[in-house]
Amino acid sequence: MLTFTLRRLLMSIPTLLFIAFVIFMLLELAPGDPMSQMPLTIPPEVKEKMRLALGLGEPWWVRFPLWLKQFFIVEPQYWWDAAFGTNFADGAQRIISFQSRSPVFDTIAQRLPQTLWVVGMSYIVGVLIALPIGIISAYKQYSVFDQTGTFVSMIGFSVPPFFSGVLLIVIFSVQLKWLPSIYDTTHVVTNWDTFIFQLKQMIMPVMVLALQTTAQVSRYMRASMLDNLTQDYVRTARAKGMTESVVVMKHVLRNSMIPVVTVIALGIPSIFGGAIITEQIFKVNGLGQLLIIALQGNDIPMVMTITFLLAVLIVLMNLIADILYGVLDPRIRYD
Amino acid sequence: MPNGALPVLDVQGLKTVFKTRGGEVHAVNDVSFNLKAGELLGVVGESGSGKSVTMMSLLGLLPMPPAEIRAGRVMFDGQDLLKVSAEELRKVRGGKIGFIFQDPMTSLNPVFSVGYQIAEPLRKHMGMSKKEAAARSQELLELVGIPDAERRLDDYPHQFSGGMRQRVMIAIALACDPQVLIADEPTTALDVTIQAQILELMQELREKLGMAVIWITHDLGVIAGIADRVMVMYGGQVVEHAPVQELFSNPQHPYTAALLKTIPSISGKRAARLTVIEGQPPLVVGAPTSCPFRERCAKAMPVCAVKVPTRYEIGAGHDTACLLADPLEVANAG
Repeated sequence: MLTFTLRRLLMSIPTLLFIAFVIFMLLELAPGDPMSQMPLTIPPEVKEKMRLALGLGEPWWVRFPLWLKQFFIVEPQYWWDAAFGTNFADGAQRIISFQSRSPVFDTIAQRLPQTLWVVGMSYIVGVLIALPIGIISAYKQYSVFDQTGTFVSMIGFSVPPFFSGVLLIVIFSVQLKWLPSIYDTTHVVTNWDTFIFQLKQMIMPVMVLALQTTAQVSRYMRASMLDNLTQDYVRTARAKGMTESVVVMKHVLRNSMIPVVTVIALGIPSIFGGAIITEQIFKVNGLGQLLIIALQGNDIPMVMTITFLLAVLIVLMNLIADILYGVLDPRIRYD
Repeated sequence: MPNGALPVLDVQGLKTVFKTRGGEVHAVNDVSFNLKAGELLGVVGESGSGKSVTMMSLLGLLPMPPAEIRAGRVMFDGQDLLKVSAEELRKVRGGKIGFIFQDPMTSLNPVFSVGYQIAEPLRKHMGMSKKEAAARSQELLELVGIPDAERRLDDYPHQFSGGMRQRVMIAIALACDPQVLIADEPTTALDVTIQAQILELMQELREKLGMAVIWITHDLGVIAGIADRVMVMYGGQVVEHAPVQELFSNPQHPYTAALLKTIPSISGKRAARLTVIEGQPPLVVGAPTSCPFRERCAKAMPVCAVKVPTRYEIGAGHDTACLLADPLEVANAG
């Protein structure tokens, strides 16, 4: 297993370099000008100078290796310096956003908590709701519970968040006035009351996103459980005198989790991508919103860095899913 | 064999139906039989004759719904297994009655080690500690003839061959020293040499451990070799029941006779074609109103279409469910 993990980690280096190159070239080839949002009163020759100041005068084979160097060497040096008070970076140039002129990673670090709180929490809530629903739906197939679950999943799949989110705002914020419609990022939890407020402002975006996760994961769980419940080994377990809870929660569940774990693991990168639409609706200034604004402003370093971080997460989660696969299923051994 | 011993298992009037969209399928119709201590009862019949469903009904292993046990009594160990609580039934399953299934390739859980799967009933029924269960599991693997048992305990089912897996299944069934072992076509999925090995092993174990065995198969050759008594099933009913010698030398039901004719012989003249029983076994929808075999029967009479045969005693321990043997019909005809 260890050799497998190491081999896969080594193999992911060329994969990631290739992904970085593709993202960079796509952004390079895409139309658009970082200066296009500047006021029209700025003379073209000044704009040209600004463009050159951003480094856009250099060809891609200069800028791409530079970005790589900044991403893989300079940035980690800064983190190291910040953590241990050393001075490895020695004032080297960090990746700077075109729009804000501040280091890209500082902005990401500011946005990450909101996204993790709202989107991450919704993912956890969604998965925790989905697993029992999937298990019970399969065990009691075609029961009222199963039919209800199927109906709710259908809604979760088919109703987009820009509808369900707005609907929730209309009901709970506008009509009932129970919950705030705007997520206040500056809010700090210091005591019980502020904690309750934090919960209140999280409920709606978390629910909107959790509905989607629940719909997806519970369907996978149900299908996988159904596949396994009719297997011969289930009959064997019953014939051995095992209780239903052991039969279902141990023998069947362990087998059913194998495909579901992959689905859950591969869904994790999407948390960090933020929920672009939901974040917009509830005014959560998370990573999703950051990415949208960066795209609109042709902020190439920001888009490049966020997109690449996502790629890293996807590659990493694939690896984790593969390792979990091997842990859960003895038939898959990588050595 | 201990003839006349008290039955350890006594089944009376068992009826199992499956509720399907096409109506109620009567899979088991009024099946009665008993099993004496230490004897081997062979159950033969075509696919769909209700052999497996009968045995699974005994221990409540059928999915309900769609299955439903309509009537009957299964006396075992002083209690009716059809009436006891789920908890009591679980104590019997895997504890006092062991079960071996047809397909060893799929009957073991692929994600748990073999040792764990053998130890599970030991820990549940015998209350053994992890250590005791591991020691006993190793003993059991040695008993069923798996070499290097200690090391193999940690192996997973996919690391065993089909024959070896069936040995593991046997070890699981034998784990808690059952009084009765129900073997549902245990050798059907295995090739002939492995089949012979498993048969030999079962014979040996039966002598060593002295349990009663119900052996379900559609292989008459196997039955001739190992059974004390034989029960022939067709269309969810017991059509003939006799000691093994008697059944092979003096079959009374036309179905049994036809079945025996289908056994290909390796001696004598080379037959042009294998003998078959024409037609398909019936799917009994609704309560039976006639003899289930009449459409394929060479000796069918008009009365077969209107009367359900019951089991008529025709000799010592020999009975058949054929109207040809019905004393009433015999009297009418005569």
